[in-house]
Amino acid sequence: MSKPEIAPRKRFLAENPSVLWFLGCLALFTLGVTVLSEGFGLAILSTSMVKILGMTLCLCLIAVAMDVVWGYCGILSLGHFAFFGLGGYAVGMWLMYARTEGIVISSLSGAPIPPTQGEIENAIATQIFGVVGSNELPWLWGFAHSLTLQLMMVVLVPGLLALVFGWLAFRSRVTGVYLSILTQAMTLALSLYLFQNDTGLRGNNGLSGLQNIPGLDHLPQSTLSLWFFWASALALGLGYLLFAWLVSGKFGSVIRAIRDNEARVRFLGYDVESYKLVIFTLTAVVSAIAGALYYPQAGIINPAEIAPIASIYLAVWVAIGGRGRLYGAVIGAAVVSLASSWFTGGGALNINLGIYTINWTDWWLVLLGLGFVAVTLFFPRGIGGLFDMIVRKP
Amino acid sequence: MTTLLEVSGVSVTFDGFRAINNLSIQVAEPELRAVIGPNGAGKTTFMDIVTGKTRPDEGRVIWGEKNVSLLGMTESQIARAGIGRKFQKPTVFEAQTVRENLAMALKNKRGPFDVLFYRRSSRGAARIAELAEEIGLLNDLPRRAGELSHGQKQWLEIGMLLAQDPRLLLVDEPAAGMTPAEREHTTDILKRAAETRAVVVIEHDMEFIRRLGCKVTVLHEGSVLAEGSLDHVTQNQQVIDVYLGR
Amino acid sequence: MRSFLLLARLVVTVLAIGLLSLLRPSEGLAQEGLQPLLQEYQAEIAKPSRSTVESVLDALMAADRPGTAEFLLRWQDRGVYERPDDGLFFYAEEGGDALRLIDIDSGAAVAEVSSREVNQIRPNSGVRGVIAAALVPFELNAPEPARRAVALDAIARSGEASQIDPLSRSIETETDPVLKERKERLLTLLTAQFASALPYRLAAIEGLSGDTSIEARGVLNQLTTRSPGVGTALPEGANMARVLEVGTDISEVEAYDRLVAANLAPPRQSATDRRDVLAQHIVDGAVGGVPLHLLNTDAARTRAYEALEAEGAVPPRAAEDEVARAVAAHAFYEVYTEPNAEVTTAAEDALATTSRALGLYQTLDLVLDGLSLASIFFLAAIGLAITFGVMGVINMAHGEFIMMGAYTGYVVQLFIPDYTVSLIVALPLAFVVTFGAGVAMERLVIRHLYTRPLETLLATFGISIALQQLAKNIFGTQARPLTAPDWLSGALTLNDIVSISNIRVAIFVLALIFLTLLLFILKRTRLGLEVRAVTQNPGMAASMGIDPDRINMLTFGLGSGIAGIAGVAIGLYAQVTSEMGANYIVQSFMTVVVGGVGNVWGTLAGASMIGFLQKGIEWFNPSNTLAAQTYMVLFVILFIQFRPKGIVALKGRAAGD
Repeated sequence: MSKPEIAPRKRFLAENPSVLWFLGCLALFTLGVTVLSEGFGLAILSTSMVKILGMTLCLCLIAVAMDVVWGYCGILSLGHFAFFGLGGYAVGMWLMYARTEGIVISSLSGAPIPPTQGEIENAIATQIFGVVGSNELPWLWGFAHSLTLQLMMVVLVPGLLALVFGWLAFRSRVTGVYLSILTQAMTLALSLYLFQNDTGLRGNNGLSGLQNIPGLDHLPQSTLSLWFFWASALALGLGYLLFAWLVSGKFGSVIRAIRDNEARVRFLGYDVESYKLVIFTLTAVVSAIAGALYYPQAGIINPAEIAPIASIYLAVWVAIGGRGRLYGAVIGAAVVSLASSWFTGGGALNINLGIYTINWTDWWLVLLGLGFVAVTLFFPRGIGGLFDMIVRKP
Repeated sequence: MTTLLEVSGVSVTFDGFRAINNLSIQVAEPELRAVIGPNGAGKTTFMDIVTGKTRPDEGRVIWGEKNVSLLGMTESQIARAGIGRKFQKPTVFEAQTVRENLAMALKNKRGPFDVLFYRRSSRGAARIAELAEEIGLLNDLPRRAGELSHGQKQWLEIGMLLAQDPRLLLVDEPAAGMTPAEREHTTDILKRAAETRAVVVIEHDMEFIRRLGCKVTVLHEGSVLAEGSLDHVTQNQQVIDVYLGR
Repeated sequence: MRSFLLLARLVVTVLAIGLLSLLRPSEGLAQEGLQPLLQEYQAEIAKPSRSTVESVLDALMAADRPGTAEFLLRWQDRGVYERPDDGLFFYAEEGGDALRLIDIDSGAAVAEVSSREVNQIRPNSGVRGVIAAALVPFELNAPEPARRAVALDAIARSGEASQIDPLSRSIETETDPVLKERKERLLTLLTAQFASALPYRLAAIEGLSGDTSIEARGVLNQLTTRSPGVGTALPEGANMARVLEVGTDISEVEAYDRLVAANLAPPRQSATDRRDVLAQHIVDGAVGGVPLHLLNTDAARTRAYEALEAEGAVPPRAAEDEVARAVAAHAFYEVYTEPNAEVTTAAEDALATTSRALGLYQTLDLVLDGLSLASIFFLAAIGLAITFGVMGVINMAHGEFIMMGAYTGYVVQLFIPDYTVSLIVALPLAFVVTFGAGVAMERLVIRHLYTRPLETLLATFGISIALQQLAKNIFGTQARPLTAPDWLSGALTLNDIVSISNIRVAIFVLALIFLTLLLFILKRTRLGLEVRAVTQNPGMAASMGIDPDRINMLTFGLGSGIAGIAGVAIGLYAQVTSEMGANYIVQSFMTVVVGGVGNVWGTLAGASMIGFLQKGIEWFNPSNTLAAQTYMVLFVILFIQFRPKGIVALKGRAAGD
């Protein structure tokens, strides 16, 4: 009886050589960036470049999650960036609270009489919420003092939201385009909620100063950026492994069947709704973890990050990279987001046409939009589809 | 022989059109039953009701020894209760291999976490091989279902139905697009299946039904017009009228 | 008294501004100037007193020579000068060090003198009040209706008791029905406020009940003004509004704060104050025997402070039970500023009736607001309903078509300066432009994706970001104006509460036109028949000689064209930016989905529901439109759970899938 239990595990990596390839590439990439980084000494890659690469890894992770929910399970969710943002907010609350606490305590330490706990809390609240005209800590911040609790929130809040939303939506059999619009509405509602000043998350100011890690003030950003880069690479590796395992076996077979014909799957006796719910919630949690790693590197989070457009961009990355294959999502997210920062950051040379100069900071989005239309029309398999041509030719 | 499925007094209206009108049918276990009738008689709608795809406006659908009503159950619950269905148009998962299609249908726990931590076993593999041999697809197991011919897809779907190991098989036009030899083979499979369970077959082909040699129910305008052996119903004047289109 | 005078001056100044221009033309008709008449009362005018001024005013009024009002104004405003040499009166303008004297009758500058050569006439405040009062009735009976209207406006702005008599007298002779009605209203208002005879006053107050105008409500509110009070006992003889129960009407903290404000109790010591006091008494690293490092809790600080109190080093603080005792020992109440209880009761009753009427009108106003928002949503969504509902195509670039329409309007205005003409040109042009864009998009992109709806969504999204950025590159990021013609810029006003801007009425009308037009096209024309045929069964339609390609193209063009016209309409009242379309797209989709896909009536129902709902939620929390939108979206999400097919679900669909 024990033999068949061991056998499949061997088979998993053996049957999916692409996973090994991917993990190998990721490890090499991580090693390369580490060696070239400022924190390590060679300083060929600047600290901000390391941060951009680390953030890109987080975007790759959420793209993988998006690929599972859309490419494999057929749910075009236009709401996964909301979970990403929620993860960022959850971790950002602790970062901001703990850092402000440090500042407040050191500024009060000069006083003749030591401050009481209440005075410290008031000072923190005033410091954080002064911008929105409040000096009280909202109930939302009840756990903000504890890293452990707040890290639990990273998983719990988006997970619960996805669970409740998914349960409602799947139960009433909202599918296809309708479901997409519904998820978009959820994202819109969340970002509108966060934009309000009185909802306890600083309105459109968002949370800032997240790149400073409380308790690690003595370390330079060049070191911290490397730590986060490693953490992001690890998360991407683990996430990739998890999802590759998930979609390779019988479970993967069922969710792909749901994508292609969910009614037929029901007649086979599978409860389609619970499968969708598991996938939706799990990918939401992974997205939140990606967000929790992303925003400390970005340094700031505000409600605009959660706006519906961000989630659509996510779908664009996955589509360009190639749906239904995990490495496709990684390629799409990496290529598009890096190209985006290269073009808009002034990396691309302007083209002088004599009468008009094409300035890429202005024209990049036009290029992306039209390029995306072209990919949808002519290369529905995306960049990942090119690999098929190479691999299957011989 | 005990009653497995009892449909009584069921009516369904679509947009003012009565697809099923006070229909009552009983199926025993084991039993082989053929359902015939002209187009629009409500044959497929009858299967839709039993499998939970369509909710009737009135009537009862009772299942099994415990007399459970199927009306409050979802499609997947009904399927798990032991009702398998083969569709008129073969619907297999074309992007997946024949093996994956059969593995999905194989009788096992259906919950997401059961499936997630499901481990392939030699027993399952043996069962799949056995089924594949039965439906003549043993050499096609690693092929994508989409690459199969129409007839092979029909076979695959019959194989998936058998893999589910249901107590009641609802088979909608299984022989469409098959060669005479394949039809004969299908008849054998259905007859053998009906030795231990209930099988309901919808067919237009009288030859096929004659070979099944079972009780026949004739549907017309959503209710039962006649019931009995094929010879018995084909001598019924009403049935003759309906089929000749009077 | 002082404020009264200020008010009076204000009245007069305002009157003056209105009158000066009106009086000038009549000068030529004067048989006799004002100066001779003034000279008859030279002494009384030069040195006015309360006892003499009345007779002078009566005489001036009786003569009613041109410029009388202006003279009275200047007189009371200390703007009249006497030349001692000949006793003549002049107005004067300051010009550097010198005064330029102006002839009263001709208005011409006659001489420049130093301020020593003339006497400024300075009536005292009593005299000025009499002059002001005299001016009002004078103007109330003026021959020109415009002058009377100005006088009425002045009274409305600052009424006073002395105006009651002249006003009521002027009503009988009033010939203009509008002014007469206005006079009667003002008389009621003045009577309610100032009449000395109680029955008249009460009757007037009752007459105001249910009157929702701002003036009437202002009067009633003023009559029922309350001022908070606190004392050891309730004051005798005061017109008491209510007694405040501590704990229910007013919290103990608030009550104590009032006591402190009224100097009836010592202020409470704040935590900060206490900390500062403690900090002043640090001795050898301890306060009151408590070591400094332990003073980081409130309890320790209290102990330290008590120790200091015991030493007598600090003043005793108000303990919690002292606060409670002080509050219990006092009465908290509100008194009316109006002393007469009958008046305040009548006013409160009238106010209650008014607020009921007010509620009714506010509801009406809310309905109108909801209606206009619904029209906007309808306009924005109807094009989408056609492409999404009829063709099953998700067009994420629909919002950008709206934007395109708005920019078309803006560009047309650059070339045609007349706003009305440019609007007439812009509407069809916007349709043509977006129709063309829609057809191009259908031919180039959507045609290839009919079997893959989710990919249509993504491809059109790509077009949407490209178009948005293109608009940014061409027109810049700042908002561009699309100005409405004058006849659209006003508002329809029913009363002070219910009003609706003409643009919104126009948008409503436009929405109605589109509704009828679309229903007509879909139900009564060949095109509509073909569209419905293609929707239901493209293959069958094609075999009957209908070209599905052509129909799809036309349908998509029609939907896009309508978006263009909606863009012009929306641009008229909102700003034209490259992102304006994106602001509407999610709402538009929700409108279509909530309403029920594939049905013009459904879109109407969806738009109405979302529009009214949003206004309704805003009404509960008017300051926060973001919150209203949030709750609205949440509601839509929940709504779709219970009616996944929308309000107007297509029948027979259940059979279809």
